[in-house]
Amino acid sequence: MTDQAVTAPVAPRRPRSHAWWNAVNAWLLLLPAFVLLIAFTHYPILATIRHSFFLTRRNGTEVFVGSESYQSMAADPIFWKALVNNFWFALGTIPTSITLALLMAIWVNRNMRGRGFLRLAFFTPTVLPMIAVANIWLFFYTPDYGLLDQLRGAFGLAGWNWLGDPSTVMGCLIVMVIWKEAGFFMIFYLAALQQLSPDLEEAAAVEGASRWYTFRRITFPLLMPTTLFVAINAVINSFKLVDHLVIMTKGGPNNASTLLLYYIYEVAFTFQDSAYAATLTVVLLILLSTVALIKFGYLDRRIHYQ
Amino acid sequence: MNGRTHPIEAIAAWLLALLWLAPLVYAFWSALHPAAYATSFSLSAPWTLENFARAWQQAPFGRYYLNTIVLVVIILIGQLVLSTLAAYAFARFTFRGSGIAFALVLLQLMIMPDVLIVENYRMIGKLGLLDTIPAIALPYLASAFGIFLLRQTFKSVPQELVEAARVEGAGPLQILWKVYVPLARPTYVAFGLVSVSYHWNNFLWPLIVTNSVESRPLTVGLAVFGAPETGVDWSIITAATVMTMAPLLIAFLLFQRQFVQSFMRAGIR
Repeated sequence: MTDQAVTAPVAPRRPRSHAWWNAVNAWLLLLPAFVLLIAFTHYPILATIRHSFFLTRRNGTEVFVGSESYQSMAADPIFWKALVNNFWFALGTIPTSITLALLMAIWVNRNMRGRGFLRLAFFTPTVLPMIAVANIWLFFYTPDYGLLDQLRGAFGLAGWNWLGDPSTVMGCLIVMVIWKEAGFFMIFYLAALQQLSPDLEEAAAVEGASRWYTFRRITFPLLMPTTLFVAINAVINSFKLVDHLVIMTKGGPNNASTLLLYYIYEVAFTFQDSAYAATLTVVLLILLSTVALIKFGYLDRRIHYQ
Repeated sequence: MNGRTHPIEAIAAWLLALLWLAPLVYAFWSALHPAAYATSFSLSAPWTLENFARAWQQAPFGRYYLNTIVLVVIILIGQLVLSTLAAYAFARFTFRGSGIAFALVLLQLMIMPDVLIVENYRMIGKLGLLDTIPAIALPYLASAFGIFLLRQTFKSVPQELVEAARVEGAGPLQILWKVYVPLARPTYVAFGLVSVSYHWNNFLWPLIVTNSVESRPLTVGLAVFGAPETGVDWSIITAATVMTMAPLLIAFLLFQRQFVQSFMRAGIR
């Protein structure tokens, strides 16, 4: 965000009241957007923090309890489970989908036969609703009847309850999300690759550098800003993406696939405990703010040195 | 780009592409064949549209389509108007507090309405809008992403054009409409595609604020329809799934290049 105010030179020509008039105009233009931003972002953030210090009574009223909600959260095994699951979910999806995205981008950036088709194939999952994706993949994972078990059956193996077993459910969801996200990240790499100067690779080729060496020492380092950008988006996504849980697992079995946002949804709308949901949301807000700080720290660096 | 592709790489690329298309191909296969062939893939399987007809009968998909289209249109128009005005304020005017105001906008890039479901539900309840289409749209009408994207574009508008318009006596809003908006057309197209696909696909928030056929969008309708306890068979569920994603898929196939480019543009900062 380079902030050279383009309009600055114009200002001195007008009288003193001009600055005041400018401000009035600007705030009038901002007003509609800000009313909504305050109503659905800024106020809710503050209200979440306030409600996190309350407790929902059985009759729906709320009482101030200070840090009590936080203490019960610290003692809530499902909260910790959701947090740990979220960590594994992020670790399982992010590196693999970024690696695949980079590979895909390198392929579809070449003059390969059928490049248009490959691009289409990789990117299509991105535009599908997660709910539709969950429906399709649910079938693959259905015990006995599903595609995966039919393949196993062909090898004489017995059926497996993929989504019903705590040891496999997370892996299944991770594979599906990688399928959904890799093509999206590919687009950012593709954009970055197209901005790289071909001279560098040509020079490396003239020098007799191997393709792998060129990639490792030239292309990949140059793509580092893209990788960081994609990684940050992927982290935010890993906290937001829970649609499929509603269809596929409802967080189960035994909370083996519960993620933080899904737990918040359950606490608030199934258990009707909006005060505790607020406490949980504060944790999510802290996590996202940390990501934001990293992001803006990194973006600032990029602005200064590039 | 340069460089021959190694045959092994080409094969790997194609295998991955086929693997990536397989779930979709399966969905279409199952939707277009009788239930008996949902899991047995034989070339002689008869084709049928029966599953679509039955899905359409068993749930009010017509209504869901209408709701989704209304929703997406409301959001798109709201976002375009509000983002244009706000982006113009940031790009064109120097005023005290603009830095803080912009930071307050950017905050929404990290903490999206998707995360604030509990308090936003409360807010919608206070406004008396629960179970309406505007309730789904409202939290998304002010889009930080749209404001950011348009501000960047507006900043690149040549100052000579603005000066020329001013000399001819155009006011701030006329300058916006006659100079800035036309020059930002590619950005509008890019943002529009991203926004439409996001809100066509959105699920959790609409699930929370709607509970009747009159306001439910396609995604929530599909989830209600496909719930295991409803006892509908796979072929019909896949048919409903295909119906839900078909409009976007068709749009994507028709405007593939623009789609990919718009996502590229959308991501570059």
